[in-house]
Amino acid sequence: MNGTTEIEVRGLNFYYSGNIHALKQINLTVQKNSVTALIGPSGCGKTTLLRCFNRMHDLYPRNRYEGEILFQGNNILLKDVDVIDLRSRVGMVFQKPTPFPMSIFDNIAYGVKLKGIKKRSDLSERVERALVHAVLWDEVKDKLNASAYDLSGGQQQRLVIARALAVNPEVLLFDEPTSALDPISTAKIEELTATLKKEVTIIIVTHNMQQAARISDWTGFMMLGELIEFDSTDKIFTAPSEKLTEDYVTGRFG
Amino acid sequence: MAITLKRKNPVDLVFSFITALASVTVIIFIIGIIYVLISESSLAIEKFGIVKFLSSTEWNPVKEDFGALTNIYGTVLTTFLSLLFAIPVAIGIAIFVTEIAPNFLKGPIGVAIELLAAIPSIIYGMWGLFTLSPIMSSYVEPFLKKITSGIPLVNILFQGMPMGIDILTASVILSIMIIPFTASIARDSFNLTPDVVKESAYSVGATQWEVVKNVILPYSKLGVFGGVVLSLGRALGETMAVAFVLGNNHRITMSLLDAAATITVTLANEFAEADNDVYLSSLFYLALVLFVMSFITLAIAKFFLLKAERKYSR
Repeated sequence: MNGTTEIEVRGLNFYYSGNIHALKQINLTVQKNSVTALIGPSGCGKTTLLRCFNRMHDLYPRNRYEGEILFQGNNILLKDVDVIDLRSRVGMVFQKPTPFPMSIFDNIAYGVKLKGIKKRSDLSERVERALVHAVLWDEVKDKLNASAYDLSGGQQQRLVIARALAVNPEVLLFDEPTSALDPISTAKIEELTATLKKEVTIIIVTHNMQQAARISDWTGFMMLGELIEFDSTDKIFTAPSEKLTEDYVTGRFG
Repeated sequence: MAITLKRKNPVDLVFSFITALASVTVIIFIIGIIYVLISESSLAIEKFGIVKFLSSTEWNPVKEDFGALTNIYGTVLTTFLSLLFAIPVAIGIAIFVTEIAPNFLKGPIGVAIELLAAIPSIIYGMWGLFTLSPIMSSYVEPFLKKITSGIPLVNILFQGMPMGIDILTASVILSIMIIPFTASIARDSFNLTPDVVKESAYSVGATQWEVVKNVILPYSKLGVFGGVVLSLGRALGETMAVAFVLGNNHRITMSLLDAAATITVTLANEFAEADNDVYLSSLFYLALVLFVMSFITLAIAKFFLLKAERKYSR
C-alpha cells in the first residue's frame, strides 16, 4: 500500500479557547485513495484532529493551531489560506444527518450552486451523479422535490454524503457517520466507503473498532490528545507495537 | 401485591381545583371585556350600523356623526410603515449578534436590546416629541421632499409642510419601539439553528453570508415570523409613543407629512371630551374594532404558524 501522499501532518498542536491543549505533537501521513481511521476513547482528540483538516475550528473564536498540515504539499494552516475553497475540496460528514431545510434536489445542488454552476441541466446531472454515487438515487429519484426531512435517518446520511460528493471533493472527513444509524444503514455506508475511496481520500473518526478494522487501510490510535500509534490497520489490530494500543483494541479499556 | 384502584389524594384535589380556578379567571376576563365593549357601544352600533361605521370618514362630535375609517387608516398605515422600517434593522441586529459580532460584543449588544425593550412607551413618546420631531422636520423630511420632488406618484407621499408631527415621525418612533422585540425574538430563533447544520453548510464551501441566507434564515423563519407578529400586535395597540407625534387629525391623507389619528390615540385623547352618549358610545365602538382587528391578526398568525410548523416538524 504505497500510494501518493495526500495529507501530511507535521508537529501539529491545537489549543481550544486560547489555552486548552487538545492535540499534542501529531505527526501522520494520509495516503491518497485510502481510508484512514482515527480511533480512541472519548475525549482523546480524534474529532478535534479531523476538524483541523478543513479548518472547521476557525468558526469559533480563540482556537489556535501550531505546526503544519500539508495538503498536496501546501500548508493549509497558514493565515492567508482561502478556507472557503479548502472546505469545498475537503468535505465533511457529521455524526447526525444534517439535511438543510430544503428539497432533496436543492440539498445536493446547494454546494454546486455555490461554485457558480447555475444551469439547470448541469445541476441535474451533478445531482444525479452524486446520488448514484451515494447509492441513494433509486430510493429518491421519484421525489427529488420532496423535503429532505421526509427521508429516514440512514437515507438522510447518504443524502449528506451525496451533498458532500456533489462538489467533487478530494478528501472526505467522516465524523462518526454511522453512530446514529441502524445496522443496515451502517452496512450500506460502510460499503459506500469502499467504493468511494477509488475517487476520494477518506478520513473517518469512529468509536466502533470493528468498523475501523473492516473499512480502513490505515488506523491511528489516539489518547489524551496524543497520537499513540499510527500504522496499517492490519498491524494495529493484530500486532500493535504499543502496549496502550493493544489494551485498547483488545477491549481492556475504553 | 394486590392492585389498588386509583384514588385522588385530597391535597392533589385541592391543588387541581386552585390551578383550574386560576385558569378560569382568564376566560372570565376575556368575556367581561367583550361584554363591556359590546354593551357600551350598542348605542353607536344601532345608530351607525357596521358597514357605515367602518367606511365613514366622518368624525364630527358637533353633529354627532362618527365613522372609524380615518382611525383605522392611521392605525394600519403607521403599523405597516413601522414594520417596514423595523424588520430589516431587527434582522440585521439579530444576524450581527448571533453570527458576526466578536464574543466580547455579543453580551453588551444583547443587553442593550433588552434595555431598549424595557423603556416605557411614554418615554419614547417624549423623546419623539422633543428630539426626533425637530430632527425630522428640519433635516429628514425636507431632504425626502427634495429627492422625491421630481418623481410622480412618490412625491404625493411627501406633500405639505414638514412639521415633524405626522405619520412618518410616528411610524419611525413606533419602529424604534418594536425593533428590540423583533430583534430579540429573531436572535433567539437564529440561536436555535443547530451548529452542526451551519457547519455542514460551511463544509461544502459556503461563505458566512450564504450560511445566513440559505441555512439560518430558512431554519428560523417560523420564529422570526412569530416575532414580527408580536411586534405587529404591539404596534397596533401602541398608544403613548405615537400620541405625542401623530397630531390628532381625522382625515385620510396621502402625504406621510400630514397629521393623522390612530384608534388608540383617539381613545386616549377624546374620552375626557366625550360629552354626549353617542360620542362616548362611538369611542367604545372604536375600541371594539381595535379588539377585533388584533384578534383577527393574531388568529391569522396562529394559523400560518401552525401550518408551517406541521410542514417543518418532520
